[in-house]
Amino acid sequence: MAETQTSTFSQPARLLVADDNKVNRLLLARSLELQGHHVTLVENGRLALDRLASEPFDLLLLDIEMPELDGFEVLARLKADRALRDLPVIVTSSVEGVANVVRCIELGAEDYLPKPLNAVLLKARLQACLEKKRLRDQQKELVRRFATAEVAQDLQQSGFTLGGKRVQGTVMFSDIRGFTSMVERQSPEETIELLNTYYTLMFEAITGAGGVVNQMVGDGLMAIFGAPLPLPGHSAAAARAALEMLDLVTLYNAERALEDKMPIAIGIGIATGEMVAGYTGTQQRATYTCIGDTVNLAARLEAHTKVMGRAILLDGAARAGLGPDLSPDNMGPVVFKGKREATAVWALGPVPAAAG
Amino acid sequence: MNDVIDEAVFTELQDTAGAEFVLELVGTFLEEAPGLMAELRAARDAAHADNFRRAAHSLKSNSQTFGALRLAAAARALELAGLHPDPATDRQAIVALQAALDEAAAALQELARG
Repeated sequence: MAETQTSTFSQPARLLVADDNKVNRLLLARSLELQGHHVTLVENGRLALDRLASEPFDLLLLDIEMPELDGFEVLARLKADRALRDLPVIVTSSVEGVANVVRCIELGAEDYLPKPLNAVLLKARLQACLEKKRLRDQQKELVRRFATAEVAQDLQQSGFTLGGKRVQGTVMFSDIRGFTSMVERQSPEETIELLNTYYTLMFEAITGAGGVVNQMVGDGLMAIFGAPLPLPGHSAAAARAALEMLDLVTLYNAERALEDKMPIAIGIGIATGEMVAGYTGTQQRATYTCIGDTVNLAARLEAHTKVMGRAILLDGAARAGLGPDLSPDNMGPVVFKGKREATAVWALGPVPAAAG
Repeated sequence: MNDVIDEAVFTELQDTAGAEFVLELVGTFLEEAPGLMAELRAARDAAHADNFRRAAHSLKSNSQTFGALRLAAAARALELAGLHPDPATDRQAIVALQAALDEAAAALQELARG
């Protein structure tokens, strides 16, 4: 019996058992260990909370009748705790009355199993709870990896709704010069490696300055400073990020030179102004983005870095937001495609020795 | 003996947890039970309703685990009724509970050793 239970189990979990009764504790531990789990035992609610605060668990099996702190109180405290409120709890109790079961569920318990525990039922409910937790953890991890910490936080606080709000912010576009011809000359593996290193460095510079990378397409990326969370001095933050990006590319090129590889060059466009920020897409698949003239202008400026032979171009509004420590060069007005009026263009970063 | 221990419950426990483990678990119960009885008596003397209920609850819970029907029924009655206005009524019930415990203890030890 024990062997069949162990062999059908997929993944061991870290379980905390809180029960004041020694016989119950030992029996529960035995059943869970036969299922292949790692079990920690505590004698009351107070000790359970202490233990949960000091080490990670996948699930809590909680008795109701306990001295010090009873199961109801433990449930209430877990619910109020930001770090622990998602911990699944299965209440195991021989306390009688539907009202008590309802109270546990209302306090956030995932499930309620009456004692004496049926081993088969315990296993099934436990598996279901752990599976749900795994899915939740996976979802959280996905949101964390693909949505940036700021967007994940915004999603957690305000929930997900399609639609945007008007914000003041700064948008940055960046890409690798001559990337297409580079791709043709090297192996796909080399290209992926190059992109991964490039993105790691650019993320470092952008998030370090308070920006959020919200789009990556090929060698190009778009970053937002000032949304979803407001950022004071967003223009200066974007400019600082851009200069840091140039520095990191210089360092990266030195490494590439040692491996006999071509240096890369990047172009960055930065524009400040009003934009509409929010989630666009469908209920099933959406992305956090910003749209509006400011975004278009940043994209145009980035494309124009090739024309002007400067790595970083800013519009007048972005330049106005810079501190005295940065003094961009006035590149004069430019009329961009689709714009009726000329835009004042400013450049940051090293001036190339020769035109080109 | 049938209404002292429900042998089907006891055998199932042995099947799922292992006979050797159940022998140990019976030992643990017999070590713990006198303490629970003492708590019950002390709670009665101090008229401490929470402790009284909790001790009776623990005895009920454990005896249900082993299928000790008569002991479970006696403990359950005390848990659900709580402190009686007349202490003598509870003391009488506690004497009956102790007798049920002694009877269950003997039967459980015999069953567990196989």
